[in-house]
Amino acid sequence: MAEAISKTPEAGAPKRAPAGRPAGKRRRKLAGIFDPIEPRTYMIIALLSFAVLFFGWWVAAEIDLAKDIFLPSPADVWNRGVELAKDGTLWADVKVSFVRITIGFLISTAIALPIGIAIGTYRLAEAAIEPPVDFIRYMPAVAFLPLTIVWVGVDESQKWLIIFIGTFFQQVLLVMDNVKRVPREYVDISHTLGMRDHSVLRKVVLPAAAPAIWDTLRITLGWAWTWLVIAELVAASDGLGHRIIVAQRYFQTDTIFVGILVIGLLGLIMDQIMKYTGKRIFRWAE
Amino acid sequence: MSEAKLSVSGVRKVFEGRAGEVVALDGVDFEIAEKEFVTVIGTSGCGKSTMLSIIAGLEEESEGEVLVNGEPVHGPGRDRGVVFQSYTLFPWMTAQKNVEFALHGTKGERADIAREHLELVGLEGFADAYPSQLSGGMRQRIAIARALSYKPEVLLMDEPFGALDAQTRQLMQELLTRIWEEHRLTVMFVTHDIDEAVFLSDRVLVMTARPGRIKEDIRVGVERPRTFEVLSTPEFFEYKSRLLEAVREESLKTATEQLAVR
Ligand SMILES: Nc1ncnc2c1ncn2[C@@H]1O[C@H](COP(=O)(O)OP(=O)(O)O)[C@@H](O)[C@H]1O
Ligand SMILES: [Mg+2]
Repeated sequence: MAEAISKTPEAGAPKRAPAGRPAGKRRRKLAGIFDPIEPRTYMIIALLSFAVLFFGWWVAAEIDLAKDIFLPSPADVWNRGVELAKDGTLWADVKVSFVRITIGFLISTAIALPIGIAIGTYRLAEAAIEPPVDFIRYMPAVAFLPLTIVWVGVDESQKWLIIFIGTFFQQVLLVMDNVKRVPREYVDISHTLGMRDHSVLRKVVLPAAAPAIWDTLRITLGWAWTWLVIAELVAASDGLGHRIIVAQRYFQTDTIFVGILVIGLLGLIMDQIMKYTGKRIFRWAE
Repeated sequence: MSEAKLSVSGVRKVFEGRAGEVVALDGVDFEIAEKEFVTVIGTSGCGKSTMLSIIAGLEEESEGEVLVNGEPVHGPGRDRGVVFQSYTLFPWMTAQKNVEFALHGTKGERADIAREHLELVGLEGFADAYPSQLSGGMRQRIAIARALSYKPEVLLMDEPFGALDAQTRQLMQELLTRIWEEHRLTVMFVTHDIDEAVFLSDRVLVMTARPGRIKEDIRVGVERPRTFEVLSTPEFFEYKSRLLEAVREESLKTATEQLAVR
């Protein structure tokens, strides 16, 4: 019996297999589609690409590719940044902008969440709300700028309103989609366990959609930064956007660079915080 | 009326699709006695899942009637436990919490009952694991533990092992058989795997191609307790070939229909 088996072609297979893939010497393919890479490799490449970007900027400024007034050198920008930080302007601007985006974003989120969840779960609500929201979403939020000034003036609430208009409608539709993607099996199982709709919504649909909703908030927060800066560019007496537009009047390109970089950095930091927090809260989702 | 635990009579189901009406089921009649393990088998798309959903109360029949203990079914309820093929566990809950979730409003210690049932499927050591940390087979075992934990009258299983590899699948079949032989539940099991049907069941119902009806009702006389050894008995082969033929006729019908459409 054993002999007969050893003569079958299958029995030879294990001998062939090591030839294709030598044991211990796993040859790692790095560049294939979806192939994983080491976190360390990832980090190094990411840092390198920042270095290249920075180096390119530095070289361009060094060889005077453009006049300083158009392209300041990294050193100029750094010095300007330190100056602005020292005299307190930078911090004051950051604080004002940060408070604005926080308030605007929270108002938008607080209203978008319940509506998005409602239209994601109930078709009646969807029919009533989704089409108009979808329509408004395609109206350019920038075009509302003059209107917002007419409506509420140029005080803080106008900044919130712009952030709201730019963020809210997207949030509603994205949250709706997040909720719709909850597998129907979860709901079916809950019903067979004798649960009523309202507890299925609370105990099953919401937790199931939570990681995706968190991601929606993270992404829309990034967009909200754009709306904040636009609002500050147009009508504000402080904040990072305002600093940029003032600097432009006086051809202080280095200040503009500082403003842009700080905004980018703040956005990146908030995004990373959201990402990290999300990973902590939703550890199960891995 | 009758002695049947579950009775399905004259069930017809019509879906209103974009391309017009789809008659998924047309005149389904069968009964399942108490403590009987019955498998419904049929080609893909013949209406097995639809039938199971109607019995579970998740779908409504267009015509006909489903009775559990002589009472007509209105919507889902705790008298019928369900195990699906995928998305069976809530990924944000541990194994233990997943089972406890089914025990809301249950008298007694929920945690204890849940642990007992994890033990029943041999996973007491994984009570604190999240579904993402478990294999597909383990997840289905927990889903079974959950469905058993609240003691439904009828257990409905829709291809619960359909997504598992062949080896795991067989282990799961043995586990289910062992549990069933110890506890004797009323089960309606849906599959398209003939070996699985013969191995698990007291009776196998063969469905026709769509619109689904019960075409054959075969009592499986293979002795219990059953272990994987019965798979190689002549008796097993006999039932298997009978079912193969019955199912094949229907698959051919579907296949020729699809060819004719082209
Ligand atoms: N919600 C639905 N709407 C329209 N058609 C459906 C729906 N659910 C199932 N069907 C159709 O009914 C038939 C039976 O489906 P199903 O019960 O899932 O088959 P099975 O489980 O046997 O593979 C299929 O042709 C399927 O396309
Ligand atoms: Mg099915």
